[in-house]
Amino acid sequence: MRRMLIVSLAAFALAGTPGDTRAAEGARPLDRDWPQEGIFGTFDRAALQRGFQVFKEVCAACHAAKYLRFRDLAGIGLDQQTIKAIASEYTVLDGPDDSGEMFERPAKPFDVFPSPFPNPQAARAANGGALPVDLSLIVKAREGGDDYIYSLLVGYSDPPEGEEGLEGAYYNRYFPGGWIAMPPPLSDDIIEYADGTPATVEQMAADVTQFLAWLAEPELEERKQLGLKFMLFVLVMTGIFYAYKRRVWSRLH
Amino acid sequence: MSTEMQKPPFKSGVLRWIDERLPVLTWAYNELVVYPAPRNLNYWWNFGSLAGIMLVVQIMTGVILVMFYTPHADLAFDSVEGYIMRDVNWGWLLRYIHANGASMFFALVYIHIFRGLYYGSYKKPRELLWILGVVILLLMMATAFMGYVLPWGNMSYWAATVITNLFSAIPLVGEPLVTWLWGGFTVDNPTLQRFFSLHYLLPFVIFAMVFLHLLALHQFGSNNPLGIDLSKKDKIPFHPYYTVKDVFGFCVFLLVYGYFVFYAPTAFISPTNFIPADPLQTPTHIVPEWYFLPFYAILRAITFDFLWIVPAKLGGVIAMFASIFVLFFLPWLDTSKVRSARFRPIYKWFFWLLVIDVLVLGWAGANPPEGWYLVAAQLGTLYYFLHFLVILPMLGKIERPLPLPTSLSDPVLRGTRSQPAS
Repeated sequence: MRRMLIVSLAAFALAGTPGDTRAAEGARPLDRDWPQEGIFGTFDRAALQRGFQVFKEVCAACHAAKYLRFRDLAGIGLDQQTIKAIASEYTVLDGPDDSGEMFERPAKPFDVFPSPFPNPQAARAANGGALPVDLSLIVKAREGGDDYIYSLLVGYSDPPEGEEGLEGAYYNRYFPGGWIAMPPPLSDDIIEYADGTPATVEQMAADVTQFLAWLAEPELEERKQLGLKFMLFVLVMTGIFYAYKRRVWSRLH
Repeated sequence: MSTEMQKPPFKSGVLRWIDERLPVLTWAYNELVVYPAPRNLNYWWNFGSLAGIMLVVQIMTGVILVMFYTPHADLAFDSVEGYIMRDVNWGWLLRYIHANGASMFFALVYIHIFRGLYYGSYKKPRELLWILGVVILLLMMATAFMGYVLPWGNMSYWAATVITNLFSAIPLVGEPLVTWLWGGFTVDNPTLQRFFSLHYLLPFVIFAMVFLHLLALHQFGSNNPLGIDLSKKDKIPFHPYYTVKDVFGFCVFLLVYGYFVFYAPTAFISPTNFIPADPLQTPTHIVPEWYFLPFYAILRAITFDFLWIVPAKLGGVIAMFASIFVLFFLPWLDTSKVRSARFRPIYKWFFWLLVIDVLVLGWAGANPPEGWYLVAAQLGTLYYFLHFLVILPMLGKIERPLPLPTSLSDPVLRGTRSQPAS
């Protein structure tokens, strides 16, 4: 019977392996330790805020994040005043007003973080035919998750000797196929961190990856905290009912 | 139903008044409290009630998710990822309970099925009980498949395309049939909306089937690890013995389920399904959920035409459906009179070979149909059908079963002086 259990568990393990997009293309991503990993892992607020700065000043020039509302930034530890101030830097189209006209106004916390392009066609036209993907779910939408996103951001290099390049594409060993339309987005000191952290490519890549991981799973900390309570509660109940079961069944012998 | 109905010991006159006019309490008392169950059931008998609980969990979370989900091709993905997961209170929890619940439900049901296979629970007089179970499995597959399409991610879209396209293999009517299923010339909004409707309907059909399954079960009572018919003294009342055992089993199950919901909620979800449906962007490998992988392997194992009449695609579709439909005939394909594998020394080995075979098929189904994966899928498919169509009918004739005990007290209580408490 124990053998049966082991086999069923093996079936589970085997079954859990996602088979798709595991194609041979693209180097295996770097395996980094992230603060949000593991059962007790939580986000590093300082890294999230730096990551947001990278996102806002670098990524958002081409990429949208349609599920990010300014008010959500409370989740990376910003206070209401700061959120209002950040929102008001952007203008959004609203309306129609009472006379039927559309009008522009400064963004408010409930607004979605504005997309850099009005539509996908405009985005393609401005990016040599390639469409910058929405970043809201990017960490969940790629095999390898945060490790892959980080690796991709630091993975640009000269192509190997003799490799034929693609027109308008850049060599990146972590990208499936090796050639990506996105130009290397990061270079040292491309931004100046508000907290004075030296803005190296690795630092910015790690920070923005953590921000994007938060953006993909803003519920992560709440989920793990609730999970801990749930598991402890069920563990106690399991013990109680095991003892109770033993007692009830002992009447039979 | 047990033949003699016992009256519950009413403490309240109101309840007695109701029960005299509408005997639901008598019914529940007889089926759930005093219902005589074999006293030797092991923990493999927990999985049926666990699966029943999972069905209720899925229906309850599903009903609430529907309050926030939008069944439209332009809005479905946003309503799940942008609204339920982010703005709805506890929306992420409901969604992860429901999405992982499907995997849990299948895991429980598969263990439940293999338990039936090991202990011969499908044999006379429980043939209809087994057949109803296979009907439930088929309905679950249809429901899970349509549910997987609803978030309208890219794997949803392409899974819907691949699976509905199977029907195009049917000669003559295939193409118009697929157009009719889609409600158009491609998988699109009409497809999503009818899948949504059916995904809401079918669980209630499953619920009705589960009810019939229980009705059929209670006619003769549970099989047991010895596979012999038990007399009254070898049975114990369902409550409290099996209620408490089921609750304990449920707690253990919740630990596994909780782990996935809280700590690995996307373990069963392909990253491709976090990309919105895109008809122009075919995923590199279209892979169904894990619980369909063995069947997917069988589907793709037929790469050759049969006898110049059945093209490979149709052959694959037939093989895949046959792999489930063969289960309907299992009670008659297995010619052995002995139920439990404990007393069938050769069948025991073939049972484990079948388990391994299904695992190999699952592994082959997760990988592209080429090279060794394809060979594994083809051999696995061949063996799967050999098991049911050749080995089981023959084994019953040639196998010499071990001597069966005549009653439970015979092997278990011999040498001790204790008697059943009842």
